[in-house]
Parts: sequence; C-alpha cells; structure tokens
Amino acid sequence: MVLLKLQFPLQRRVRLAQGLWLLSWLAVLAGAFTFSLGVYLKTELLRRAEVMDNTEIHVVPNILMLVGLVTMGINLFAGRVCQDSLDSARFPPWKPFLLPWYGLAWMVCVWLLSAVVLSYALQGHLEESLKVGLRNGIRFYRDTDVPGRCFQKETIDRLQMELRCCGNTNYRDWFEVQWISNRYLDFTSKEVKDRVRSNVDGRYLMDGVPFSCCNPGSPRPCLQNHLTDNTAHYNYEHQSEELNLYNRGCRQALVDYYMGLMNTIGPGILSVISLQISVLVSLRYLHTSLEGVDPENPEADSEGYILAKGVKETLMDVKTTVFKLLQFGQVEAGDEAEAGADGEKAAS
Amino acid sequence: MVLMKMKFPFEKRVKLAQGLWLLSWMATLAGAFTFTLGCFLKTELRRRAEVMDNTEIHAVPNTLMIVGLASLGINYFAGRMCQDALDAGRFPRWKTFMQPYWGVSLLFTLLMLMAVIMSYAMKGNLESSLKIGLKNGIRFYKDTDTPGRCFQKQTIDRLQMEFRCCGNTDFKDWFEVQWISNRYLDFSSKEVKDRVKSNVDGRYLFDGVPFSCCNPSSPRPCIQDRLTNNSAHYSYEHQTEELNIYIRGCREALVNYYMGLMNTIGAGVLSVFLLQSSVLVSLRYLQTTMEALAGQENTEIETEGYLLEKGVKETIMEYVTPVLVFLQLNQVGSEDTEA
Repeated sequence: MVLLKLQFPLQRRVRLAQGLWLLSWLAVLAGAFTFSLGVYLKTELLRRAEVMDNTEIHVVPNILMLVGLVTMGINLFAGRVCQDSLDSARFPPWKPFLLPWYGLAWMVCVWLLSAVVLSYALQGHLEESLKVGLRNGIRFYRDTDVPGRCFQKETIDRLQMELRCCGNTNYRDWFEVQWISNRYLDFTSKEVKDRVRSNVDGRYLMDGVPFSCCNPGSPRPCLQNHLTDNTAHYNYEHQSEELNLYNRGCRQALVDYYMGLMNTIGPGILSVISLQISVLVSLRYLHTSLEGVDPENPEADSEGYILAKGVKETLMDVKTTVFKLLQFGQVEAGDEAEAGADGEKAAS
Repeated sequence: MVLMKMKFPFEKRVKLAQGLWLLSWMATLAGAFTFTLGCFLKTELRRRAEVMDNTEIHAVPNTLMIVGLASLGINYFAGRMCQDALDAGRFPRWKTFMQPYWGVSLLFTLLMLMAVIMSYAMKGNLESSLKIGLKNGIRFYKDTDTPGRCFQKQTIDRLQMEFRCCGNTDFKDWFEVQWISNRYLDFSSKEVKDRVKSNVDGRYLFDGVPFSCCNPSSPRPCIQDRLTNNSAHYSYEHQTEELNIYIRGCREALVNYYMGLMNTIGAGVLSVFLLQSSVLVSLRYLQTTMEALAGQENTEIETEGYLLEKGVKETIMEYVTPVLVFLQLNQVGSEDTEA
C-alpha cells in the first residue's frame, strides 16, 4: 500500500522540476539566513559573557550556525539534482546519493526543531548562569586594582545604565556587599570603624547603591546613600519612592532581553523548517516519478509516491535490514565457533 | 573663440551616448543617495533639537534633500535625451527644452557644492546655538514640575550619559546654577540657609554635579558633591583627579559629533557633485555634436562638439546685457517721467 500516491504526466513532472529548482534556491537563502541568525545570537550572548557563569546557552546559536551551513549544502545539491532530473541520461548518476540525502535532510529538520525547543527549555539554565555571574560581578565591583577583575566595575556600571536595571534581583543586593574598596575608606573615622565592626566579616556595608542605578526619569536629583533612612533626606519616603532608582533587577532585564530575541528568532526557524520539508517532499516525488518512467516511452505518465509501502511496513523493512546486518556478524562468529568446535572434535 | 572644441566621428558619438546613458543612471542613484543623506542628517539634528537654540543649521540637510530630488529629475531627462540622441530625427524635439534645462541643472549642481561649503561654514553657528541651548537646559534642569520644561532633566541626563560629557563648557557650569529644586531643600537646616544667603540671588549653589556626569571607568565609586574640597573625601585631590567625572563639555562633544557626520556626508556629496558635473559635460558635448548634424543628409559624418560657442566672458556678457538693458531702460524711463 503506497503512501500518498500521485499521478505525474510529463507536464507536471516538468513543472515539479522547475518548482523544485526555485524552492531549493529559496532554501539555500533560508540556510544562509539561519546561519546569520545564529551568528547574531552568538554575538549578543558574547557581549554579555562577563556576567554569565557558563556557556551552556551557547548551544542554541552553535546549532543554528552549523545547521545553517548544512542546509545551504544540501539544498545546493537538490538544485543540481533537479537541474539534471529531466534529462534521462544525466539523472541516474545521482540516484545512489538520494537515500543518504533524505536522511540528512530529515536530520536538519530535527536539529532545527530541537534548537527552537532548546531556546525555550534552556531559559532556566540561562537564569542560573546570570544569577551566579551577576552575583560575582557585584562582589568584585570594588576590585578595580585586582588583575582579571579590574573591569568588573565598568562592566556592571554600563550594564545597569544600558539595561536600566539595578543589582541582581533588585537594588537591595548592593546593601549586602561591600562595593567601596578599602583604598577609599578612611579607617580613622568613627563612622567607618562602627560599620566595619557591626558585622562578622568586617565589611563596610551601607544602604547605598552606585550611581549607575540612578533613574534619569526621576524628577528629583538622585539619592544614592541612606536609602532606607527617611530622615536622611528632606521630603523622602523610601517605601513610596519608585522613580529614584531602577526597580528592575539586572537578571530579570537580561533574561527578558534574551527571551525576546529567541522569541523573534523562533518563528523564522519554524518557517525554514517548513521550507526544507517541502523541498524534501518535492524531491522525493520527483525521484519516484522519474523512476516510474518507462524507458521506451519517456513522455508517458508515471506515478510518484512518498513511501513504496506504508509507514509501518517501511519501518519493519528498515528494522529487518538492520537486524540482518547485525545477525550477519553474529552468524559468522557462530559459524567460526562451530567450525572451531568441529575442528577440535575432529582433532580429539 | 570656441571653448574646448573636440571632434566627434560617428563611432565616438555612439560611445558618448552609451556612456552618458550609463552615467545618467548612476547619477540618478547618486541623487537618491544624496536625498537619504539629507534625511539622515536632519533626523540626527532633530534628535538633539531640545539643546539647540535655533534651527539655522537645518539649512544643510534641507539643501541636500532638495538637491537630491532635483538631481533625480535632471538625470532622468539626461537619460531620455541620450536615448533619443542617436536618432537624428527624434533629437531636434528636445531643442526648445535645452535652454531652461541647462539653467536649472547648473543651478542645482552649484547648490550641491554650496551645501558642502555650508556644512563647514556653519560650524560656528551650530556652536553658538548649542551654547545657548545647553545653557538653558542646565538652568531649567531643576524645573521638573514646570510644564514645558519637565523633561529637561531627563534630556540633559541622557545626553551627558550618551555623549560622555558634563556641563556646557565643562563640569564647572553646574557650580553656577541651582540644579536642585527648592522642593527638595530643607530650608530649616542651617547649611541650606547659609548657602542661600551667601549669594545675591538667593540660589542654593554648591560644588556638586548630577549623577549623569559620573564616569563608569573610574576605579573609585563616583564622587559627585564637594568636588573642590580635598578634605571632604579620603585620598582625594581634585586637581589631579581625571577619571571621576567626564572632563569634556557637552557643547564640544556635540560639535565634534556633528562635524564628524558632516565630514563624512561632505565627502559623499562631493563625489556625487563630480558625477553630476561629468553627466552635464557629456550631455553638452552630445547636444552640440547632434546640433551640427541638423539638416545634413549623411548622419554618419564627423562633427565638432564644444562646451561654449563663444568664450566664457562673451557668453556671460551675452546673458548679462539684456538684464542691464532692462535696468537702464527703467532708469531712463524714470528720468523721462521726471522731466
């Protein structure tokens, strides 16, 4: 029982070949587009690599880049095949390549789909990675004299200004670390000594934030220090003050940004998948309809199908072939063992 | 005495017409390019319109846009004319069109050159416009409750952060205005009262700057207030401190930005000008060679082409004399009426 059989008179075959040629070039462009989307996403992830703890999320753009290149290759091949398809002398050399081509095209579609699924599934990983990266960035904010960490301050400052966010979860994260280096603290002053003694680790903690948390949209000049003390500033109530600093945490801001990017990329990839599947189906029909052509009457009608037998039967066939290959190996080993046993018997 | 006479055998005429056709299409694209450059420059100027006092500098992008559109038309007609050029029957119908065409195209080509010159000449104009605009912006920084000025604070803050600059000429401009609104000053405190009494206008002046002047590259958390007081901060010397806040003034930053833009655009427009001039010169040669063919039976003979029939001076006199006669006639006429 053939799967999705269609009749193909000569005109239809010709049209199918022409349409497939056009589709395959569109699919080459789509492959280039996928590659460029992968490069763009990777560039955006690398820009903020300093506040990410691991690079697990990079698997998404890596898959997109690799699959984009493979897509371009297989669709160039499909274009060549269908250029030769209507010439009955030049088509046969391509035949043995077609079965592996189908496998490769299927794999491409599966990988693209997995890239889209991963881009949503890895959101938790991204958030974890950003949580650890931002925590380290805030911890090492003051280490502008330590090699390897001297740019953390500038990185965090520019991140907060650009993405309009403050701290990891919110601005209170700055209250829990000492973000002013000891080089700039006057340890002879009473205030500094009190604060340092007030906690176990001897850190200078204060309810203040760096200037990069300031919101330019506030009607009031920015208040950075004594944020929880209502009496420290005139006409100030920290519970109701919303515009003074950025309310959003940088982790939330970055996750939103990257999820937005991947949501935009997702539909593009889905359309590339559907284009590739249509190329695959068209080439299969062209292949089978050309095989059904009577060599003595090349202009007659022929039939095209997707699978010669039904889906179940084709799978059974594939399974049997695989088992045969395995059994062939087993039977040979068994024969040798038997022959060896016989030989021993004969010897004894 | 003819200006720049050249001989044109039939082959050369054909090549001239073909080359001109190609050039005219390239010049059409170049005209569209000029128009987009004008739009881009205008958009960039409008983005910072709030810190500019007048819009005189907008003459440059306006001229570019007009010239771009005009050159689309000029080069389209040049292309049509050279398509008809090789057909001696169809070329004569363009005759009456040519005089006004030359006038218009010379005018707009000169205008293109003027736009480039203006973009350099108006630098001083731009600078004084920014000086006044920024001065007002800094003065009205605190007026976030006054309708019409409530966005000055946000504008100035974002400008300083984006262009990495502070104040008008430099950060000391902030010391001369009261940039904290009275709403947020505690007039019962001694410090506020002292400062307000210390100057004639009763303003709260102090040596501090807004947070947007802070430089993120500084190794030290930003110091915004008591900038001139070395003892107010630990291990601080304001004379040697360079990285704490932005040293550059916003006027200089903006002027540099716009001059950079106009330099790039000027180079592009100059090349468009050269292309346009070559189109006009080729078209003039083609026109004069084809005119020499008029009335001839054999269209494949060699003809001469030139730029001007008489010399430059004589051609100018030819055009200026009617105008002078007209003016003199007016004068004589008024004398007559007096008598």
